[in-house]
Amino acid sequence: MPQLKYWQAINQAMAEELERDPATCLLGEDVGAAGGAFGASAKLQERFGEWRVRDTPISEATIVGAALGASMSGLRPIVEVMFFDFMAVAMDQVVNQAAKISFMSAGKYHAPMVVRTMAGTGRGTGPQHGQNLEGWLAHVPGLKVVWASEPADAKGLLKSAIRDDDPVVVIESLALWSRRGEVPEDPDHLVPIGRAAIRRAGRDVTVVSWGAAVHRALAAAAELEPEVDVEVVDLRSLSPLDREGLFASVEKTGRLVVVHEAVGSFGPGAEIASLAADECFDALRAPVRRVTPPFAPVPFPPQLEKAYFPQVTDIVAAVRDVTRRAA
Amino acid sequence: MSVSMEPESPGFVQLLTPEGEYVERSELSLDLTEDDHREFYRDLVLIRRIDTEATALQRQGELGLWAPLLGQEAAQVGSARALQAHDYVFPSYREHGVAWCRGVDPVELLRPFRGTSHGGWEPREKNFHLYTTSVGSQTLHATGYAMGVQRDGAESAVVVYFGDGAASQGDVNEAFTFASVFNAPVVFFCQNNQWAISEPLERQTRIPLHRRADGFGLPGVWVDGNDVLAVYAVTSWALRAAREGRGPTLIEAHTYRMGAHTTSDDPTRHRPAGELADWRLKDPIERVKSFLRKNRLAEADFFTAVEAESDDLADRIRKDCRDMADPEPLTLFDDVYAERHPLVEEERAKLADYLASFE
Repeated sequence: MPQLKYWQAINQAMAEELERDPATCLLGEDVGAAGGAFGASAKLQERFGEWRVRDTPISEATIVGAALGASMSGLRPIVEVMFFDFMAVAMDQVVNQAAKISFMSAGKYHAPMVVRTMAGTGRGTGPQHGQNLEGWLAHVPGLKVVWASEPADAKGLLKSAIRDDDPVVVIESLALWSRRGEVPEDPDHLVPIGRAAIRRAGRDVTVVSWGAAVHRALAAAAELEPEVDVEVVDLRSLSPLDREGLFASVEKTGRLVVVHEAVGSFGPGAEIASLAADECFDALRAPVRRVTPPFAPVPFPPQLEKAYFPQVTDIVAAVRDVTRRAA
Repeated sequence: MSVSMEPESPGFVQLLTPEGEYVERSELSLDLTEDDHREFYRDLVLIRRIDTEATALQRQGELGLWAPLLGQEAAQVGSARALQAHDYVFPSYREHGVAWCRGVDPVELLRPFRGTSHGGWEPREKNFHLYTTSVGSQTLHATGYAMGVQRDGAESAVVVYFGDGAASQGDVNEAFTFASVFNAPVVFFCQNNQWAISEPLERQTRIPLHRRADGFGLPGVWVDGNDVLAVYAVTSWALRAAREGRGPTLIEAHTYRMGAHTTSDDPTRHRPAGELADWRLKDPIERVKSFLRKNRLAEADFFTAVEAESDDLADRIRKDCRDMADPEPLTLFDDVYAERHPLVEEERAKLADYLASFE
């Protein structure tokens, strides 16, 4: 199987889907002639023309809103919002418009559109380019939210999102941009939205994560071997969330640690902990722990940034904590 | 600097004076039959009646809310009658007259206001989109839709309605930029009704809104929004430009909201005394009636027949409104997603079980 970098897998997914369906098009800032601010759409305009791979004026709200209108006219737009933080600029269109059109039109319209955006986390990008806001989006009925940690999933999830008739927010990680992995060449390589992946099977503790944090969870698991046998679950999709997959793992291990790069307070870890408490109460042998950044904006200085985002040592400590507390 | 916002410039398009005199303008020829003129009158009277009836229904507790169009009939009928069936309309939330001209049943318009539906009507059936209540956001959808139409090579145009208040939204100004840059076949139809709830036009702009078009690189047209003929003429011109690939136009229709912003608002608290009386002299319906009479295009029996038709329509709306069925509880989960979502299904099943426990 060929090895591709994370961004190349994204590029390949878009190229294949643009090839497959003439209704598919790509809109955004710098996606055309420049091939994307970080190269995700490299050479796509050359291949598919300026009409289908379109550089737009700089306005996230309009990129998303126009994509919604275009989707009503029969297109299947993919839009790029350059940094996750800029989703804030487009939130009316994402939350009040795209997420609601199916419901409000009684299913006469859907929004078969994809909003790709990138978390700049871990690259010194600071308070306005380094945030993780997935909890905002997964909170909204009508949206789907996915986040790949591996190149193969970056391709497969994006392709599923493009073929999906609902608006899907596809979050990408700058920290994983050059990560290599085996990526199936199959043009129908689709990773189902709403299914978690077990990255490492284990018996003692379930560590749930997504995006770049998955790799730190895996590093922590390796460090804890053989003291603790950690199961690492890569959620891959926040909405829909793979409840069965989550519950099966927690039923098996009886201990749960959630690791994410979004701020802890009111974050997705709280939802996951609550689900586990509701559905796996009898199986739980320790309180659920969350490993997250503190309730502060993302800092610029590298040493503060490192202290801010969950590191391997933080995950190791949390896992040890839940095992010590075990009944 | 002081710029007049009153229509006194030669650029202000008016074909029918408030007294019902026709003013010839060589650059705007009207291709209308005698019947068309009578039809305009009929539309104007019927939509005013629909509107009055809906306001009454709200006062009687049959509707939760209503956004009256009183006074804006000509802006809506003139622009909507210029459309072709395949053109697509994105309304704000007050375009009941446009809906009427598109063939949307007035009773369907009442659905969201009575709270029996999230949207109301089938938007694709009449190419009339759902009402949008995030002020101005529909301009973005219209622009994107127009870009789709453009790609299909279709000779259709898109019209989007908004008001003077919405003109301050970023979305509207961004839509101008996008539409202009991409030469999208969209007509931006601004009904400047002078008031955004309690805020006068002076709180939104220091120059007449149509002049903003210049800065975005699209033509800006200023029209008497209470003159159905002038609105029809300029909208027809703008639609033709859009269809022929000449891009977007901004039309500012100078009109007045004679009623409240919505039935939750009391305009007498905000607006200067006498303003309404001044605008009554420019009523959009009276001038057409005078025109028809002066030109012997209609006799008394025509006016009587339209009046009778409007009474019948009001009766039907009242009855059908009261007869609307409430939706079943489980419809709460319908169409949240196009495709299956496990959480929605799980919660639907829980509610179904709960409801079944009462049987």
